[in-house]
Amino acid sequence: MLETIWFAIWGVAWAVYFMLDGFDLGLGTLFPFLAKSELDKRIMVNAMGPYWDGNEVWLITAGGVTFAAFPHTYAVMFSGLYTPLMLLLFALILRGVAFEFRGKVDSVHWRSVWDGCLVVGSFVPALLLGVAFSNIFAGIPIDRDGVFQGNLLTLLNPYGLCGGVLFVLGFAVHGALWLALKSEGELQGRAVRMAKTLWIPLAAVAVAFLAASWFATRLWQNLLGRPVLLVLPLLAVAGLLLTRLFAAKGAWWKAWFASSAFLVGAALFGVAGMFPNLLASSLDPAASLTAFNSASSPLTLEIMLGVVLCFLPVVIGYQIWVYARFRGPVTAESLDQGPAY
Amino acid sequence: MDVLTLSRLQFAVATLFHFLFVPLTLGLSLIVAIMETLYVRSGDEDYKRMTKFWGKLFLVNFAIGVVTGITLEFQFGTNWSRYSTYVGDIFGSLLAIEATVAFFLESTFIAVWFFGWNKLSPKLHLVTIWLVAIASNISAFWILCANAWMQHPVGYVIRNGRAELANFFAIITQRFAILELVHTLGGAYTLAGFFVLGISAWHLIRKQQVAFFKKSFRVAAVWTLVFTLFEIGQGHMNAEILSTTQPTKMAAVESHWETRSNAPIYLVSWPDEKGEKNVVQALEVPSLLSILAHYDASAEVKGLRDFPAAERPPVLPVFLSFRAMVGFGFLFLGVGVLVFWKRNQIERTTWLLKVLPWMIPLPYLANELGWTIAELGRQPWIVYGMMKTSDAVSPISTGQVATTLAAFVLVYALLGAVDFYLLYTIARRGPVDPAARAKAEPQPAHAE
Repeated sequence: MLETIWFAIWGVAWAVYFMLDGFDLGLGTLFPFLAKSELDKRIMVNAMGPYWDGNEVWLITAGGVTFAAFPHTYAVMFSGLYTPLMLLLFALILRGVAFEFRGKVDSVHWRSVWDGCLVVGSFVPALLLGVAFSNIFAGIPIDRDGVFQGNLLTLLNPYGLCGGVLFVLGFAVHGALWLALKSEGELQGRAVRMAKTLWIPLAAVAVAFLAASWFATRLWQNLLGRPVLLVLPLLAVAGLLLTRLFAAKGAWWKAWFASSAFLVGAALFGVAGMFPNLLASSLDPAASLTAFNSASSPLTLEIMLGVVLCFLPVVIGYQIWVYARFRGPVTAESLDQGPAY
Repeated sequence: MDVLTLSRLQFAVATLFHFLFVPLTLGLSLIVAIMETLYVRSGDEDYKRMTKFWGKLFLVNFAIGVVTGITLEFQFGTNWSRYSTYVGDIFGSLLAIEATVAFFLESTFIAVWFFGWNKLSPKLHLVTIWLVAIASNISAFWILCANAWMQHPVGYVIRNGRAELANFFAIITQRFAILELVHTLGGAYTLAGFFVLGISAWHLIRKQQVAFFKKSFRVAAVWTLVFTLFEIGQGHMNAEILSTTQPTKMAAVESHWETRSNAPIYLVSWPDEKGEKNVVQALEVPSLLSILAHYDASAEVKGLRDFPAAERPPVLPVFLSFRAMVGFGFLFLGVGVLVFWKRNQIERTTWLLKVLPWMIPLPYLANELGWTIAELGRQPWIVYGMMKTSDAVSPISTGQVATTLAAFVLVYALLGAVDFYLLYTIARRGPVDPAARAKAEPQPAHAE
């Protein structure tokens, strides 16, 4: 039972990370396509400014949850996915410092260097997270000693790439909608058009991914064994459709929440579909790491559950407070008057 | 080179680099919080300018600390997977608690503090910087609990082929962890103190914004004296606990080879690891090591020869790091006393003002040396007495680690250069002149 609860917490931590950092990564990816002037760029950077750091902690927490609750999975997953994970970390380093550095020296060249880092540091994590998770959904070649028998190219299979494109597009739409509610005028217009335009390929890739999951993975078969869990793919599909519907009505917050529901639903569809596997082996089912054979001791799981139940609601509470406090569009005037990147 | 050596180098690069930024975060967050408290209580605009100026330096430093911390957490999985499997039950949970309890708070409110000057009331804004400062320091507690457990494992049982948690409370209250925490914080606060003193001195000697930097200097003078004094007294306790918890590290820091009672300390010595002796040892202080380690002149202190060569740390670097760190500690105390004594007539003590900017790098070095002693001195163990570092490494390929090690060195060198360049230019430029600011920004400071 404890293991199952922790499996759920694990999945939710990743889903929340995708939902929150997803809009930052998406907006960073779209940076060169949406910003036409230095003012546009500053508005975009400051639309993420108060949030990106707190959002990224969800990644650290998701990693920490893996380490604390399923140390064996953490060890095999992170060493097996060594190269993509390191690429992800370097990309996130570039993204993080780009926010802090770009405005510190008044030079076009200086800013363009950090803008480049912001774009690369946003696009690469989106792509890698998609590739990594779809491979995890499908199973990766690990042997009974937990040694990864493959390389970076093993992960770049059609299903993995489909997942990568899905994440890039999903985050991009999510980010464009965020900008729509954080900006005004022409920039907002471009963000809205971008969201609507990208929605079409996103919907196509999402359908392709869900269909491919039938053949490339056992997610659907597993979910059909517990039909109540079919609500998760349903949430993803409904979220995707509502995103477009609300965007057409100009209801940006609703559209953004619908897009959040899509990302959370899609992530949880994969995670729930894997249960009890955390890291399925494509070589040998006996080598698969599950919530049960890789879990920490009951005492650790109990203490950690206490910590999570006490503190995570507080974290969620103050993060919501921050989002509410800093709501409203970023404008040229607000950038001049207040502190800003 | 093999995967083990490369992984160790990579972890050393990543940790030492990360720790160039952590101490200033720990110390300066509190100093900035104190400055803002002075502002909110007195309404003195100078304190607000101080908060903003030192806060700007704090933020530039903080950014790198955050992004380089993530790679450390993930490296336990990527490069030390056998370690993670074996001790994750305990070690992983301490890291996860750190993220949940402290890091969220720190990362969320640092942004609120930066962006919130016009959006929050002065009091609420003050609360956010205290939250950041407290959360950073709570972060340190959990991380150091985890490290202390590697130095001196307690509260566990070996079960199911791994170390499992038996007593959580024992792990977070063990004396080693508490001493490690206060020593690390003392070192960090000392660094932050010298940072503020050095930059203030640089401007004072050039007679720029004298009132502003005299005020900053006085805050930092009191702070620095307190923590340099504390660090010397407390540092002794850290060395003393090694005699019971890590006898090999204890013997290595003093290059003490032969087990004996009335063990002396030689003010001058040089170890010869192959010959298992000191090639040079002179200026003996009789029984001092026995007294320092056990408060008893006749107490026996274990020498390195009592341990198999395969279970000794590399003596020379540990020994030299320790000597240098302790030397720096006394130097900081001496300068700290001088600075405190002269704090009210500091503009007239020009020689001290000239020296202080050059002091800034030294506490950085001392902090790094401290970690070198802690981590290198623990070798060949990753968990002292329980697991060897060589048994902890991941089954990955040399090429993978060589590539990422090169990337770490390259990326970190560039980031470090950029960050210190920014700190340098911001520090040199000084705070915004109030007269010029009044023209540029007529609106009130707080909207609410």
